[in-house]
Amino acid sequence: MKNITLLLACCCFVASLNFNSVMAAPSKYVNQTAEPTPSAKASSAALSKQRKNDLLHLVKQDCGSCHGMTLKGGLGPALLPADLVNKPEYFLTITILEGRPGTAMPPWKDILSEQEAQWIAEQLLQGLDHEQN
Amino acid sequence: MNKTKIQFLTSLVIPWLLLGCQQVTKTTEISKSVSSTEQAAEANLRATGDLGLVIERATGKVQIVNHSGQQSLAQIDGLGDLSHASIVYSRDQRFGFVFGRDGGLTKVDLLTSKIDKRVIQSGNSIGGAISQDGKFVAVSNYTPGGVKIFATDTLELVANIPATELPDHPRNKDGSIKRSKVVGLVDAPGQKFIFSLFDSHEIWIADLSQYGLSEEKVKITKYTDIGLNPYDALISPDGRFYIAGLFGEDGMALVDLWSLDKGVKRILGNYGKGEKKLPVYKMPHLEGWAIAGNYAYVPAVGLHQVLIIDTNTWQQVGAIDVHGQPVFVMAQPDNRQIWVNFAYPLNDTIQVIDSKSQTLAKTLTPGPGVLHMEFTPRGEHVWMSVRDSDEIQIYNSQNFELLKTLPAESPSGIFFTNRAHQIGL
Repeated sequence: MKNITLLLACCCFVASLNFNSVMAAPSKYVNQTAEPTPSAKASSAALSKQRKNDLLHLVKQDCGSCHGMTLKGGLGPALLPADLVNKPEYFLTITILEGRPGTAMPPWKDILSEQEAQWIAEQLLQGLDHEQN
Repeated sequence: MNKTKIQFLTSLVIPWLLLGCQQVTKTTEISKSVSSTEQAAEANLRATGDLGLVIERATGKVQIVNHSGQQSLAQIDGLGDLSHASIVYSRDQRFGFVFGRDGGLTKVDLLTSKIDKRVIQSGNSIGGAISQDGKFVAVSNYTPGGVKIFATDTLELVANIPATELPDHPRNKDGSIKRSKVVGLVDAPGQKFIFSLFDSHEIWIADLSQYGLSEEKVKITKYTDIGLNPYDALISPDGRFYIAGLFGEDGMALVDLWSLDKGVKRILGNYGKGEKKLPVYKMPHLEGWAIAGNYAYVPAVGLHQVLIIDTNTWQQVGAIDVHGQPVFVMAQPDNRQIWVNFAYPLNDTIQVIDSKSQTLAKTLTPGPGVLHMEFTPRGEHVWMSVRDSDEIQIYNSQNFELLKTLPAESPSGIFFTNRAHQIGL
């Protein structure tokens, strides 16, 4: 539990860094989903490029069955950066891992590690590559 | 017209005559009619009864396929976001109405392989239905929550039915009050559309039988407190029973359309009681009606089971343990077998249930992302979309032999035109 608290504190910090950099250059990240930002690199260095691609596939295809393939929402809420403005990264990470009881959002902790969930949260805040839009 | 020109035109016409093209009769109009005659000849030669459309979800395209020849005939682009899409057909089986995720409603012409009409009718939609007389299509929307009804010939809006407001929910981006998402929209006899409201726990019936008299004559009947969060619904093939699956609690909500005054009956309230619910990574879909003899087969929610219901009593009489969280539970047309696919991360597998013994008959592994199945009209073959290997696999439903694969980019729903004549599809 202590570990999680520490992780949350770190995430908060990372989230604020990411948020600033996204604000500074919003378009820069559109085509760079496979390449993490410097802050993301530090926190998820162990994730292989292959695993990151798998995770992006998961987000688009499987998270997409409720949130929409372009993350504009469906049964679940939209997850585009503009929709997540007031959602800290740790909140997203915990939501991914634990789900939201009472809603259709399931806990993904049996499938995703904390590190992977955090990386996904980072990607959501930055915005994925939307080829169709 | 000079002589050489006539000779030239005659040389164009003769092959057509040899091909048996009987429509070229007036030589004087040939020069302008060759191309349109060619189109007409081709169009006249394509029947649509053994055609279908396959959604290519990642690229916003649909493929026209022929299930007699097991081939792809054409690809149509420009249908928008098809990440969740479904299709109903005009009763002449010429047009498919494609309901896209982005609120797009697209009328596709299977004869010309072109988009006939397209409207963006909402911000976010989930599915639709076509009326008993084929004159209206209804679309169920998430944002803004409600149902919109369009004329099938023009795609003009003829009625708007906003869903129940949700004052306790955060508002929409434009500041308006959120309305309940609408799911499980089907057609029913008597010019009715029936649908469920996910967030306000209701079932509504829209009766269009008096529609012709005045625009205000769409009569809405509302059933409230039907159970928490209906996630999808189906109607029996005879159009009598509408059943909504509940996500927020165990069980289903049933409406007997022959006894509307009796209201909603709750069924299967106790399935899985005391058992730990597993995470549901994808909502089950209640499409069609897996019914064999007196038994209906439905997906459990949060359990790796297919539930068996006695349709005389609506009591659960059994459960079959399966590979994962069922998504589609579909009876083949002769009801002899029931085919089941599964939610992520177990979505590489299909299981087949023998409806006589009510036990598993076969497990197939087509590969990751088996999203949908469709049977040929009399059930000798089943087509499966296998998303991650970008292909459609066609199986013999009796001996489970893989007969053929067709390339398709990230395929999801497969819809054959025989749905045109089935209530609820």
